[in-house]
Amino acid sequence: MRDVNGGDIDFRQYRTEAEAHEYIEDLGRVAPSDAEKFLQVGVSTQANERAGTFIQMDRSVVHCRTGQEGLEIMGINQALARHPWLAGYLWRHISPDGDAITAHAKAAPAEGYFIRARAGVKVAHPVQSCLYIARDGFAQNVHNVVIVEEGAEMHIITGCATAPHLTTGLHIGVSEFYVRKGGRLTFTMIHDWGEKINVRPRSVTMVEEGGVLVSNYISLRPLGSLQMFPTTHLAGRGAVGRFNSILVASRGSRLDVGARILLEAPDTRAEIISRAITYGGDIIARGDLVGRVAGIKAHLECKGLILNDGLMRAIPELTGHVPGVEMSHEAAVGRIDRREIEYLMARGLDEETAVSTIVRGFLNVEIEGLPPPLRARLDQAIAETQKDMM
Amino acid sequence: MLTIEELTVEIGGKPILKNINMEIPPGETHILFGPNGSGKSTLMMTLMGFSGYDVTHGRILFKGEDITGLPIHERARMGMGVAFQRPPTINGLKTGQLVKVCAGQRPVAVEELARQINCTQFLERDVNHHLSGGEIKRSELLQLLAQDPDLVLLDEPESGVDLENIVLLGDTINRLLHRGVKFPAGKTHREMLQARPKSALVITHTGHILDYITADRGQVLYNGHLCCSRNAREILKWIGEYGYEECFRCAM
Repeated sequence: MRDVNGGDIDFRQYRTEAEAHEYIEDLGRVAPSDAEKFLQVGVSTQANERAGTFIQMDRSVVHCRTGQEGLEIMGINQALARHPWLAGYLWRHISPDGDAITAHAKAAPAEGYFIRARAGVKVAHPVQSCLYIARDGFAQNVHNVVIVEEGAEMHIITGCATAPHLTTGLHIGVSEFYVRKGGRLTFTMIHDWGEKINVRPRSVTMVEEGGVLVSNYISLRPLGSLQMFPTTHLAGRGAVGRFNSILVASRGSRLDVGARILLEAPDTRAEIISRAITYGGDIIARGDLVGRVAGIKAHLECKGLILNDGLMRAIPELTGHVPGVEMSHEAAVGRIDRREIEYLMARGLDEETAVSTIVRGFLNVEIEGLPPPLRARLDQAIAETQKDMM
Repeated sequence: MLTIEELTVEIGGKPILKNINMEIPPGETHILFGPNGSGKSTLMMTLMGFSGYDVTHGRILFKGEDITGLPIHERARMGMGVAFQRPPTINGLKTGQLVKVCAGQRPVAVEELARQINCTQFLERDVNHHLSGGEIKRSELLQLLAQDPDLVLLDEPESGVDLENIVLLGDTINRLLHRGVKFPAGKTHREMLQARPKSALVITHTGHILDYITADRGQVLYNGHLCCSRNAREILKWIGEYGYEECFRCAM
């Protein structure tokens, strides 16, 4: 099994210093090659499509804007200076001693974002954030805090990418999210890292009574390695957690991705759905549901396809601590069923088109709250990735 | 339309169909009777070109062309269409999308077609996902209506369908074969018959479908041999009276 504690990362390879990037007031002035990369991970430079924007390059906050009353977006250092109470929210649920990754993030921090929707504020458009590595060999260790106050609603689209032609890099994202009573957070993360980039997010979300967390994760493009296993505590009655992930691993890419949801209060609901395709890469798709009280419901679905070759490992886990929990899982790993291909061929599709139709359907997980232009771009990205798979 | 000559088929090295000869002229509907395991579905899958059905002898001619070695999609594009008994589920692909696929380049009013055969409720559902027996039949026929094939292969169209729905099913099949009286679209009977002739091979175990569709001929497949070819209703009467044992005695 791969080292999930960061023991496989040689931190000496990476720099923790990077030159500062200039602040960009007008997003229209972003270099076209960078803007193109932003778009690929769902970050639009058209301000009117978003309620707010946060962009960090290496360790510099290069753009930060909010377009709605009651919505705060800023770099974590600025936020710590403005809100003394915020210090208590950092490293609250994630310990720096947790593993080598968190220890490194604590030792060499490099900004991160603070996003807060104040009580009762329904943020109309998605908020976007982009974490971008421009410097070769840089270790981008961000610490993010998101707070959705009581009754507030917000969708964050966060895109992570690197400058074209970057050869090495490390991204560590320590994220602590708080969804207060009756709040709703949709968090969509789209990754387009380079082929040699190692990525190690560490995330914990606390969801209070009646709160909802919907987390979508999409990684279609080649990367070096990714290992993450975010934890969500459904701590209040009726809290809901839903995780969807779409993973594609090409040759040389290693993805170890999962989610752990702890159902700690009555009437909580959790769902983890993962769709993974490997065509030469390694994928471990994990899911861990823990039912601690009676009256909870949880379901886990891990489906993996191996096209040509590659490794696919599904590890679904269910743990019930008391009677009266209702938990189920469904896991399947294999190749495309020949019967499905031939069924479509009998309707007139040639074999290649039949296979790509099935693959597109397989990856077509309903992702809640995705703005239509982003959905269209995602479909396009899937279609382009498919060309490489065939 | 379809000519089968001395067709011998094996599955995994085991002979299933033995020296089958059959002719379905343009515009004719033939019924293929046979007990379970006689090779009916194997014949259908072989005609469509599915993998695992190895033709070791003989050939299949469609519209005068030898299609024995053609891939499935080319047969479909030439005008062969099949309604499956147990089609696979395709996750993430909506039934409505597949209906458009079936129509190929032709425009198709998916909603309208679906409304006519009571299918609108699952257009937005994944193909064959959690459909009842009757819904699967309707979904298959909806796809065939969009595909508009010249030779229709139907595998046990009446199985798993309740009495209420079987009438609609029969009407839909008749419409597909240009033999219906419910969808004449202002045309006379003669004009309808003069339109592009449609042929069909309908597999049935029980023969119940004959109460709802008209057939020109019946054939009996028994233990991989085509052992009888005559009026379909007459065959059904004999099977009704004596079971398939009579076919066995005949074939001896």
